[in-house]
Amino acid sequence: MTLLSALRVRASQGTQYIADVRRARPKGFVGLPIIAAGSCGACGACKDACPTTAIRTDDDDVISLDLGRCTFCTACVDACPSNKIAFTAEPKMAGVRREDLVVRAGAAQAQIKASSTFSSIFGRSLKMRQVSAGGCNACELELNATANVNFDVQRFGIEWVASPRHADALVVTGPLTRNMKDAVRLAWDAMPDPRFVVAVGACAISGGLYEGAAGVDRAFFDTVGPALYVPGCPPHPLTFVNAILDLLAVR
Amino acid sequence: MSSVVVHQQPLALVPTLGPAAWRADIVAHLGAGKRIHTLYARRGSGQQVLLTAVLEDDGGSSRFRRTQLGPHDVYHELSSQFPALHCFEREIHEQTGLPMPGHPWLKPLRYEGQDQSAMNRHSFYKIEGRELHEVAVGPIHAGVIEPGSFRFMCLGEEVHHLEIQLGYQHRGVEQRLCQIDPRRAGPLVETVAGDTSVAWAWAWAAAVEALGGCTLPIDVEVARAVALELERVAMHLAGLAGLAADIGFLQGASSYGRLRTTAINTSMRLCGSRFGRGAVRVGGIGMQLPADLLADVVANIALLRTDLAIINEHFLTAHTVVHRLQGAGVLSTAQARELGVVGMAARSAGVAIDGRQGRDQGAWHVLPLAASTLVGGDCWDRARLRILEMEASLAWSHDALQLHPRWGSARQTVGPLQPQTLVTAVVEGWRGEVVHCLETGAGGELVHCKVQDPSLRNWMGLAIALRGNEISDFPICNKSFDLSYCGNDL
Repeated sequence: MTLLSALRVRASQGTQYIADVRRARPKGFVGLPIIAAGSCGACGACKDACPTTAIRTDDDDVISLDLGRCTFCTACVDACPSNKIAFTAEPKMAGVRREDLVVRAGAAQAQIKASSTFSSIFGRSLKMRQVSAGGCNACELELNATANVNFDVQRFGIEWVASPRHADALVVTGPLTRNMKDAVRLAWDAMPDPRFVVAVGACAISGGLYEGAAGVDRAFFDTVGPALYVPGCPPHPLTFVNAILDLLAVR
Repeated sequence: MSSVVVHQQPLALVPTLGPAAWRADIVAHLGAGKRIHTLYARRGSGQQVLLTAVLEDDGGSSRFRRTQLGPHDVYHELSSQFPALHCFEREIHEQTGLPMPGHPWLKPLRYEGQDQSAMNRHSFYKIEGRELHEVAVGPIHAGVIEPGSFRFMCLGEEVHHLEIQLGYQHRGVEQRLCQIDPRRAGPLVETVAGDTSVAWAWAWAAAVEALGGCTLPIDVEVARAVALELERVAMHLAGLAGLAADIGFLQGASSYGRLRTTAINTSMRLCGSRFGRGAVRVGGIGMQLPADLLADVVANIALLRTDLAIINEHFLTAHTVVHRLQGAGVLSTAQARELGVVGMAARSAGVAIDGRQGRDQGAWHVLPLAASTLVGGDCWDRARLRILEMEASLAWSHDALQLHPRWGSARQTVGPLQPQTLVTAVVEGWRGEVVHCLETGAGGELVHCKVQDPSLRNWMGLAIALRGNEISDFPICNKSFDLSYCGNDL
């Protein structure tokens, strides 16, 4: 009985893993935005609609969108009278420098340059410790999903670990709350060198919707800067997996 | 045409009683076995503290009761008589500083606005004894999960007391909500608890739409309900996958896990987000349902129903599952009532409260939903209830899409908000009722936002259910309640 039902489950399960996570495009996903070239004049409708001041205009009234602040709510798309902003299904949009997260009108986003240092040290084995510091459980669930049967990040030698003592990377979500300040520092101090920090989601990267909020204290990032920024609200598992693989020059 | 509980009243008409009469009214209400949605307070002008109770009446309607305490009035605590109020009174004390002489336990809920060292100044409850030992866990846990501190008082393997200290995720949601345009607060509201984005966005939208005098057509109400049920299915699947993993039942972990992917990818097809972000917007929805997508959504729901039946049968008949879950973490019906536990935790302990039942208008009125209640109150019944609720939600969603296959995506403009008005909106999210209470000032601006996740009330249910269990059963008890840290901490 149990054996038969186990076999039925196995048959219904089929093959679930995404064979090529490097090329997968999640259908319907609101991902990397593109902005049409040219000046917008004094319009500013998109800036007014944005909940996180992710959109800026330069001296020539050309707009840019900071993925490190964007919640991908698409309010700017609805507000724009001339359809200049569009969100594609592209999940790859991470960066190693904060400024690489800014998408400019008429320009392609800067790609992650693989690091030979990271690649030689962590390229065949990367252990990550996740700490949520004010995260809303959306980023946390998506990071968990990277290890499920669909995304299966373990196939690349990348794993989540329970102890910071076993970790190479501290993966931070949430805007960094004052009440988690000590715990984040303790986790970081417990990690052996070489080690680095990954900021996941708009909250961790910029404070996002909680920038300047009453319970937020981002002092940790003043002393330890992230080596990798993974934008989203929350980021798709493919955004995270591709960011790590790009940094480590895996395939 | 609101599907969810919305109650709105101009402040001038809200009954404001003297402190003694107000207290007597609440005691009579709770003494008669009725429920309270929330109890909260804010500092008024000067030294006044303004207390608001939202009481549930028969037929799912609700009413407000207010009182105002001056600096010389004494607040007589209610938690000793009604333990369900402990979280409300602790929050009031923390947020307003209102003294509560005689209150049994005024430990702060979330250490708002304090230096972190304040957390260490409050000790955990101790049991003395040479054979007893304490186990401290947290705030950072072993998995990819939010932080919280658990302190177990154990005699051998047996847990005699568990104290749960939270607050680590406190960001300042309520203050922030008062600072922004309520019509555009959707992205922020969706992060109160990101795994409950749809329920939170809907409750917010319903409250703001009521203040703006806006009613929505039935197809929009149904569309919101479909998004809400997809969220419920997805999170029940996540919970069951976690529960299966915690007992080493790996086929359950991988099967429920991949079915969750199907559920959240269906949400993504509808609104672009796997968490239903943007599905509900103030004044309407952010989802579209063209014919080809409708076919895909219907097919996904059919796949979920077919494959769920296969894994459910395997899960529920496996000896290892039955043996580990039955009898673990029992919350009795009496305890659930006394603690004011809500949502699925209440329904699996014989307390039949569900904001989607008995509605006289809206989505669950035009298409009633099969009710699910179990009485065991253990991990087994919490798992079984989630399975029953998924089956009901998927069947309902299938029928709803037959009934309303076209969703109007035009959003209504919400006009100026009614000034000096109190409104509450309650939505039955996957954990239980999510509650917004908004109060507007003379210009229609928000002067107070009360945000209440079901977890606020249910954490104590977990603590009590664990008593007498082995500490090794804590992970499955915790997972079976599946409560929110950020929703509690705000």
